[in-house]
Order: sequence, then structure tokens, then C-alpha cells
Amino acid sequence: MDISQASIAGVGFDASVWLVVPIFIPLLTAILTYVIGNPGKNITSDWLGVVASAGVLISTCMISNSVWQNGVQSHAMGHWSPPLGISLRADGLTCVMLLMSAIVGGFISIYAVGYFGQTADFIKTAAQRNVNSSLFWPLWMLLWSALNGLFLSGDVFNLYVTLELLTLAAIGLIILAGTKMAVQASLRYLLVALAGSLFYLAGVTLLYGEYGTLDVVSLGQQVGVSDASRAALLLMMIGLMLKTALFPFHFWLPPAHSSAPAPVSALLSALVVKASFYILFRLWFDLFSPDVSLPFAMLPATLGATAIVWGGLLAIKADRLKTMVAYSTVSQIGYLFLLFALIRHGADEGFQTWCGGVLFAVSHAFAKASLFLAAGVIMHVAGHDRIADLSAAARQLPLTFFGIGLASISLLGLPPTASFVGKWMMIQAAIDCGLPVLAMVIVLGGLLAAMYLFRIIAAAFTQPMEATPEVALRPAPRLTEQAVIGLAILSVLLGLASAPAFSLLAIGSPWDVPLVMEADR
Amino acid sequence: MTPILIYTSTGAILFYLGISGLFICNHPFRKILSMNFSGSGIFLVLVAFARRQGEAAIDPVPDALVLTGIVVAVSATAVALGLYRRLETLGDESASDEDRLLQAPKR
Repeated sequence: MDISQASIAGVGFDASVWLVVPIFIPLLTAILTYVIGNPGKNITSDWLGVVASAGVLISTCMISNSVWQNGVQSHAMGHWSPPLGISLRADGLTCVMLLMSAIVGGFISIYAVGYFGQTADFIKTAAQRNVNSSLFWPLWMLLWSALNGLFLSGDVFNLYVTLELLTLAAIGLIILAGTKMAVQASLRYLLVALAGSLFYLAGVTLLYGEYGTLDVVSLGQQVGVSDASRAALLLMMIGLMLKTALFPFHFWLPPAHSSAPAPVSALLSALVVKASFYILFRLWFDLFSPDVSLPFAMLPATLGATAIVWGGLLAIKADRLKTMVAYSTVSQIGYLFLLFALIRHGADEGFQTWCGGVLFAVSHAFAKASLFLAAGVIMHVAGHDRIADLSAAARQLPLTFFGIGLASISLLGLPPTASFVGKWMMIQAAIDCGLPVLAMVIVLGGLLAAMYLFRIIAAAFTQPMEATPEVALRPAPRLTEQAVIGLAILSVLLGLASAPAFSLLAIGSPWDVPLVMEADR
Repeated sequence: MTPILIYTSTGAILFYLGISGLFICNHPFRKILSMNFSGSGIFLVLVAFARRQGEAAIDPVPDALVLTGIVVAVSATAVALGLYRRLETLGDESASDEDRLLQAPKR
């Protein structure tokens, strides 16, 4: 009797095994697509990539469902429990980030099928430079695997490893463009990212030296106010700010994001940037007590406020669409860093702002991916992306420009969208915290965003200049336009999902407010 | 001056030197070298911490971390060097060799 029970406990199916699936599906697909990859005719790879994307989405939904029903899930890899082994952990925040990566990533996969399949120009220029576009799937799948691993990781050193894998895969994807500009940008990106990881690793080292564990949960219980924990937080913060391209460190982002192929730009700006932000966000609220973190809170917030204005101004000045969208990312990242000063530990309002911030990040991922994918369609059709000469392309691509319009609504934070909810929470928190300056910056940032986004929309409503020599416009691959419009519609509809998202985020959050939320529902 | 203090302070100095090199040096190759410097500094500190945890037994976890860290550093260095070489070979080509897709000819 006892023996049979023991064997059931040992061998029996453990629901938390699902946590491994979103990491392993892309990893296996990466290997498979690398083996069968065939330049020019990679239809099998396309199919594999799309099937893997569906698999990631399904497994992510399963994880979210079990977290929704049974609370926080954790899985000790290979049955090695945390002090020695590496644990995977999924709480509400993890689920929201995983769902974001699964849905946005899925759309990018669909787009990539159309983009690499039919952009003959791309294949030609790539072939000239010995760049193999069939490497897109293996690298993207590696990146996705690292990204999901990062969101699921419950171990600070494992976070470092996944962060590095993410960067290396991202570098590989950027140089698929095959241009000198792309190689230059990615070398700079790599060096900055490595500097960032080294800072983060130094912080991890200090934490381990002081507390002797790497597990996020047990560190969260142990970390107190000490010089070591302060220094660790400061080092990690500098490193992650470098990697997230916060204001003084943003110099590498626009060249890297704008010189990459369109699907790559989209996933860099939508997902990769969020990964390092997610780590800081999680450590700040889960690991360090307010006594440790609050003295530093104004540093990221001030830099964030500067980023909002500076990025917005440069986006207004930019003359190419992709550069403009990249500077818009610099500006939007600024909002995320305001959160560190606006969220108050322990208070109910703190929880609301915390959720609002996460929603803002997710909403930005959808809208920004849609904009970058749209820029790729325009570049394919018109052969250029100069904002001043977009009107001819706009007549050819009503669907894409409608998508740009919807994504702009979401980026601006107009009422039905999730970023409106996020911005509203932030403004409210700024006033409650006695920081009205930040509220003003949030509003100003919205105005700046309106100014640069309307430049694209304006192109759709102006006549092409008669003098413009009519460049032969190519037709856009159908799948690409559909991916753009799909992401744009979802970015607007996301606002309707904010109530369930709040309840999901409450699971395993650093706040003990789920009961209040339940009563509200 | 205990041995651990010597190791950790050496590591800290290496980390500092590497990071400042990464920001100050202009040449990509020097930047890559500096990155390796500061990585080694961190690894030295970690290895020193292995002894401090228990006086008698040596904590195996930092060793495992350092090994993983070295693997990561080696692959990152390889990618950086590869990019640097690619940049050199691309630099040999004519200056007009900008991307057609990204920079369409000016009217």
C-alpha cells in the first residue's frame, strides 16, 4: 500500500510539468528547422514554425488555466529541489507575460511566413551577402525558448542565463538583414547588452555571497536591509536599465531595431525589451523590501520621465518610419520606469498601479509589434520608408494603414485600450504620491506620441505629389497585412480584458489583495 | 587581510577595470577583451564566496555557476568576434554598399 502510493507520487503525472512545455517546443523546433532548413524553399520550416507557435499558445493557455484554478505553480527541474536545483515558477504575472509572448509571437510567425516567402528582394540581397534567410526560424525559436524560460524562471542565475541566450539569439536575427548597418548596430547592441548582463551578474554574485541561495522565493524571504542587498539592487538596476535601453542608455536601440528585418524589429521592440524590464520589475517588488528599494526609486523614474520626452522629440524629428517607431519605443519604455516611483508597496492602490503597469507593457507589445510589421509591409511595397513620401503606399495599402491607425490609438492610450487603463492608473498614482510632475510628463508624452503618430496617418489622407516619379509598387503578401491588422485589433480590444487580467495578476502577486478584488467582481 | 578579501577585492578591481574599458575604449576588439576582463572579475568573486559559506566544506554551487558563466562568456565572445570579423569584411566593400531595402535612392 505504502509502496504503491510512493511510486504513484514518484512517477505519477505532475501538472506542473506543463511549465517545461513552452520552453521545449521552440527549442526542439529550433533544432528541427535548423536541420531541415533549405534556403529559398523552406516551406517545411514555415509549417514547423507555425505549428510550434500554436503549440506554445496552447501550452501557455494550459499553464494560465491551472494557475487560474490552483494558484501559483512551481516545478523542480529533474526533481532537484530549489537550493540545489533550478525551479520553474508560474504566477499571475508570469502567465500574463507568457500569453503576451505567445500571442504576439504567433502573429510574428504568421507574418514571417509571408514576409520571407515572398520578399524576393530580401532573399536576393541576403544571397548576395551569404546570409541565409532560412536561419530565421531556428534563431527565432531559440529566442522564444529563452524568452519563455526567462518568464518562467524562479532562479536569479537562471534569469541571467536566459537573458544572455535572448541577446545572442536577437543578435543573430538582426544580422539576417545582411547589411553593414545591421552588423554595426548589432555589435554595439551586443557590447551594451553584455555590459548590462555583467552588471546583473555582479548583483547576483553579491546576493549569493550574502544569502547563499539563488531561488527568487527564498531570497524574497531572506533579503533584508544591508549594504550587500543595496549594492546588489543598484548593480542589477544599472545592468537591466542598460538592457532595456532606458534614457541615457538608449543610444543602441534605434539603429539595432530599425536596421533589422521587419519581423525581427517587431519582436525586439515588442518582446525582447520587455524581458529585461520584467526581471527588474519582478526583483524590485518580489525580492527587495521597500526599505531597500525605495531610496533608489526616483532614479529610474527621473530617467523614465526624461526618456518619454526625449524619445518623443526624436520620434517627431525622425524622417524614416522604422526609426520613428524605434524612438517611440524609447519613449514608451520611459513610462514603464515611472512605475518604480509610483507603485506603493502594501497599499491597495499599489496593486492597482502595479496591474496597470503590466497592462501598459502588454498593450505596448501588441501595438508596437503591429507598427513595426506595418512598416515592413510598407517597405516591401514602396521600397522605402520615408515618412514624407508615404501617401502613394497608403493608397495601395488601406488595410495596413487602418492597422497603423488602430495601433496608434492603442499607443496613444485612448479610452477603450489597455494602455489607457495603464496610463490612468499611473496618473492617479502620481497625484496620490505627490508627484504631479510625473502626471504632467505622462500627459505630455501622450501629446508627443500624437504628434509623431499623426505624421503617418496624415500620409494616408494627402495626395501623392504629382512630381513623384511613380515607383512600381509591389503587391503586399496577404499574410503580412493580416498579421498587422490582427495585432492592431487585439491591441485595442485588450482594454476589455483588463478585469480578468487584474484577477489573474493577483495570483501570487506581492500584494495580499485578491480578496478585495474578489468582492469587487 | 584574509585570502578571501584578497580574492574578492581583486575580482572587484578586475570588474571595474573591465567595465571602464568597455565604455572608454573605442576599438571593438578592446571592448570585447574588456568584457572578458570584467567577467573574470565576477567569476573570481564567486569562487571566493565558495569558501566563505562553510568553513570546512566548499560550497559547490558557485563552481557550477562559474562554469556556466564561462560557457556563456565564451559563446558571447565568439559571437562578438564573429560580428567584428563580418564588419571588417563588409568594410572592404565600396561605401555605396548600403542596404537597398533600407535606403532607397534619393530623388
